[in-house]
Order: sequence, then structure tokens, then C-alpha cells
Amino acid sequence: MNPPLLGIGPAPLALAPLVQAIAAGARDQGAVVSFLGLVRDHNVGRRVQHIVYDAYEPLAIKAFERIAAEIAGRWPAARLALHHRTGRLEIGEASVAIVVATAHRAEAYAACRYAIERVKQIAPVWKHEYFEGGDVWIEGATADPDDQAARADAERVACA
Amino acid sequence: MRVTVRLFARLRDIAGAGELERPIAPGATIASVWRDLAREYPDFAQYERSISSAVNLDYARMDRAIADGDEIAFLPPVSGG
Repeated sequence: MNPPLLGIGPAPLALAPLVQAIAAGARDQGAVVSFLGLVRDHNVGRRVQHIVYDAYEPLAIKAFERIAAEIAGRWPAARLALHHRTGRLEIGEASVAIVVATAHRAEAYAACRYAIERVKQIAPVWKHEYFEGGDVWIEGATADPDDQAARADAERVACA
Repeated sequence: MRVTVRLFARLRDIAGAGELERPIAPGATIASVWRDLAREYPDFAQYERSISSAVNLDYARMDRAIADGDEIAFLPPVSGG
């Protein structure tokens, strides 16, 4: 059985089941692009030891549904699978997995990039970074799904 | 009338709890709940201009009116991915 297309929780992430889930229903889609975000061992000069992800899980799923709808409205025949992990992650572990299918390859690359940019803008998820010498909550974007300028930024980056 | 307040990331650390129950008065808004919390937890003040909020699992503006039993969430700037 294929996993749900959208998900968030503590289980380790795997791309293959998401690729299979997206490809299973493909008819109009001729391209699949995937993205895996990993925990890196350094960040702005700090030696990172591990990261603990916090999330407002039910609102995150709604944010992912919104991103899926935005992608479906922007790129023909686009389908999205998006899973985010929560809890403690070690260096090299995957924090986010994204798979996008569209009609053609250029759109699939663009839609996949758009998805991760929007996750960073509007998903209620937070990194608590533990590094050599301390720990810090990473604070990025003020989440506002209706901020059209942010959405335009994500689209500009995706289509550059 | 009471609401449930959900706090995340550094806001949860400041308050020492991820979930609080708070009384509300008639005419309460998300902003009035936030102001009460900021009096209780002075370190919240630095988030005045950067938080997002949600009511019952929908993002909502601070001037949104709230009702008995609502779940109000305050979200510091996000950093997923």
C-alpha cells in the first residue's frame, strides 16, 4: 500500500515509497523530480551536533495541502508528495522529502523547488539546533500563507 | 469562557508549557489573548511583530474575534525544511 502523499511525524523518511505513490497514479505526467533535505554538520559557522524539529502537526498538514493546491493550480497536471520529519535528527538524516510529478521535466524541477521554498515560508515547523557550545531555536520567516509577495518570491526562485 | 492556547518552539520554552488554558472576556480577539500572555511572560514582547497566529487550525489575523473553546496557536517565525 502506498503512503499518504502528505505527512509529518517522527518516522524516518524514504523517497522511494513517495516516488512510487506519485508514479502510481500518473497518466498525464511525464516527469518526476524528488528532493531530500538533510541535516548538515555546520550552520553559519557553528558545528551542528543534531537538530530537534518541533511542529504544529495538524496545521502543517493543512499548509502542505495548500502548497499542493498552489502547485496544482500553477503547473499542468502537477501532483505533490511531501513528508516532514519531527523530533531528534542526527547529521545526515533526512528532514524533508518532496516528490513532484508534472507533464514535462522543466515544470517538475520548478514545482519541486517551489514546494521546498513554500515549506520554509509557511509550514509551522521549527528547528532547535544543538551545536558545539550551545543551542538555539532557528527563526526564519513569519508564516503568512496569504502573503502574495512571499508566494511570488517562491515562484521567482523556482522558475529562475 | 475559556480558550486553549498552543505555544511552539521558543515561545513554549519561555512559558514552560506548550498548552495553556486561559479565560477570555466577551469581545476577546487573538491580539487580546496575546497581550495578556505578554504581561504574564515579558519575554514574549520581542515576538510582537514577528508571530503568526492560528485559530482552530486555520491561520488567522490578530484582530480575529475568538469564542469559548477555541484553540489559539502562537507561532514564532518558522524554520522548517
